[in-house]
Amino acid sequence: MLTWIADLVTYRLLHLNPDTHLAAALHFFVYDTLKVLLMLAVIIYAVSLIRSFFPPERAKRLLSGRRQFLGHVLAALLGIVTPFCSCSAVPLFIGFVESGVPLGVTFSFLISSPMVNEVALVMLWGLFGWRIALLYIATGVLVAIVGGWLIGYFKLEHLVEEYVYKIKVGAGAADEGQTWADRHRYALDYTRDILKKVWPYVVAGIAIGGFIHGYAPEDFLVRYAGRSNPLAVPLAVLIGIPLYANAAGTIPIVQALMEKGLPIGTTLAFMMAVTALSLPEMIILRRVIKLKLIGIFVGIMAVTIIAVGYLFNAVI
Amino acid sequence: MGSMVVKILGTGCANCVRLEQNAREALTRGAISAEVVKVTDVPEIMEYGILRTPGLVVNEKVLVSGRVPDTDEVLRLFMNELAAQA
Repeated sequence: MLTWIADLVTYRLLHLNPDTHLAAALHFFVYDTLKVLLMLAVIIYAVSLIRSFFPPERAKRLLSGRRQFLGHVLAALLGIVTPFCSCSAVPLFIGFVESGVPLGVTFSFLISSPMVNEVALVMLWGLFGWRIALLYIATGVLVAIVGGWLIGYFKLEHLVEEYVYKIKVGAGAADEGQTWADRHRYALDYTRDILKKVWPYVVAGIAIGGFIHGYAPEDFLVRYAGRSNPLAVPLAVLIGIPLYANAAGTIPIVQALMEKGLPIGTTLAFMMAVTALSLPEMIILRRVIKLKLIGIFVGIMAVTIIAVGYLFNAVI
Repeated sequence: MGSMVVKILGTGCANCVRLEQNAREALTRGAISAEVVKVTDVPEIMEYGILRTPGLVVNEKVLVSGRVPDTDEVLRLFMNELAAQA
């Protein structure tokens, strides 16, 4: 069906000669755009349906009092399935800490939530294959576990703003008791919202893959940021920290970087630094934690992400 | 009919603004007279025990948190509240 639409656009509507390079590129572009958008719609819908079963209240209950390693693993995994946007970071942080979720476990949750996300998964899957998509998810979870665990290990509770511990958290709303119709509507709304927001990045990502391929000099990035340069990974992370985009927004850049021969570990490290460490989120978190803890958090994340970058460059 | 106080909990993100608009529109459409209060102070928001903003509170009861219900739904929630009061 998708091939048929791509045929229609390329050969019937635009009357392009099937033998030309342009026709092939356009055909590929139309086909891939439709494929990825369709995958996105299906997967975002499915994920939001699953998420309707995991409100943050549930994550809070499951995590309170868990100090051991298991707590971090659970928090990193719950970060994936719990619907949460960084604008809610403050109430979530206070709610978690107040109900006895350890600081490090709270951080594991806060790290994995923006980094491991369904849009990134679909885009990586559609453009680079399921292996790289799974790899990204697995390492995202790993970074969240290790980052949160280190913050817990150093016992940094005193670097949380004092007022946080004094806040009296109310009982909250009773569970709304959603019906399947509610969940379906929520998932549909959410899918529409996200698609509206990310489609330009999707199209840009695929366009870069389809058209720019073969035009920019292949060896430029490889010479400066290839495997032979041991500083490439830390450099990619340093560049990525001040940059901020959601996971979908980084895909066109990632596509271009890999196209030009940047090794996978360096690319993943860059993508993680962009999504997991963002200035807006630091400013939001500054309301509940002291500057020193923000510094430590950024430091731990940078080191962990760099380690992941080296690991993948070495293995793949 | 008892009086109604509607509170919008949120630190000022886009979703909170949308929720306030929907709430005001619902009040107009349903010809309901109510006081609308915006709560932006974090400790005060936390008193309602929500983990995600925005929150919609009617007469000190949290009705919605973490999503933006459309005007129809907000109106339905308001009507239920009024019926419960009566």
